[in-house]
Amino acid sequence: MRRLTWRPAELVAAAAETASARTLRFRVPGWPGHLAGQHVDVRLTAEDGYTAQRSYSMAAPADGDLVELTVETVTDGEVSPYLVEELRVGDQVELRGPVGGWFVWRPESTAPVLLVGGGSGIVPLMSMIRARRQAGSRAPFRLLYSLRDPDRRYYADELRRPDPGLDVTYLYTRSAPEHVSRPARRIMLDDLAEGGWPASFEPDCYVCGPTGFVEAAADLLLALGHAPERIRTERFGPTGG
Amino acid sequence: MTEHLDGNALAGPLSEIFAVDVTSATGRCVSCGLAGPVASLRVYGPDPGLVARCPGCEEVVLRLVRGPGTAWLDLRGTVSLRVNLPE
Repeated sequence: MRRLTWRPAELVAAAAETASARTLRFRVPGWPGHLAGQHVDVRLTAEDGYTAQRSYSMAAPADGDLVELTVETVTDGEVSPYLVEELRVGDQVELRGPVGGWFVWRPESTAPVLLVGGGSGIVPLMSMIRARRQAGSRAPFRLLYSLRDPDRRYYADELRRPDPGLDVTYLYTRSAPEHVSRPARRIMLDDLAEGGWPASFEPDCYVCGPTGFVEAAADLLLALGHAPERIRTERFGPTGG
Repeated sequence: MTEHLDGNALAGPLSEIFAVDVTSATGRCVSCGLAGPVASLRVYGPDPGLVARCPGCEEVVLRLVRGPGTAWLDLRGTVSLRVNLPE
């Protein structure tokens, strides 16, 4: 490993994930590969030389020199509206990474995994789900995905498809589809008790989302007896964007 | 606006200085003695610089200011950093 530098990255594909989120695939010559859960810094440079940078989680495991991000537009943000609404295939930005060695899942790990995502916090968790599938891992995964309403779902088709060893539970906070019996509400102890793993299974827990969500979910996991060192958290702030 | 991010946000900026990932290192707070991963610190910023506070006592553990051609790293709130190194 050595100090990281900025690399040019060309957008090669893009698709809308929801009305306000877009998945972007970049080709980054010389990309060294990355682990599921890691992120990259994205830097934009304006014609007058002004630069702005933000950090985004990668949505998929390493695939040669391709890097995939899913970006949610932050209203009045400096970077995300450009990435979601303006950037065209063939355009270039700069990437620095991969960075982060804490919030990562390694395919050689066999421990049960509990993924708890709030809103766009699903992104690094999806990278772990895809890395598990890519590696043919048999580590059992459970995903609890908290989101405002069904229109906010990222990766809806892919998460609907059967993936043996992966259980997916949606926790709607504002409005739930009609067939869902759980009333729309914020994440609670019962959600983690029913959709997660017993603490005695010693699962590795990954919690990602807005600060308030992460702290609430992490506190509930502690209350259920999960060991602090098995709970890894990553907070997405509403600032910046 | 005081909504914090966390120490995971330090990974990119610190990668300009260090050849290892510092966010997975274990740091100990000068003020309260709490030890934990740098990733778990509360981070405020990014302007004028990144300020990382202890999740236990809220004291400043680390500050990082990036200027043209320079980075200032202030570790006054850190007793030690235990860095995992692959053998």
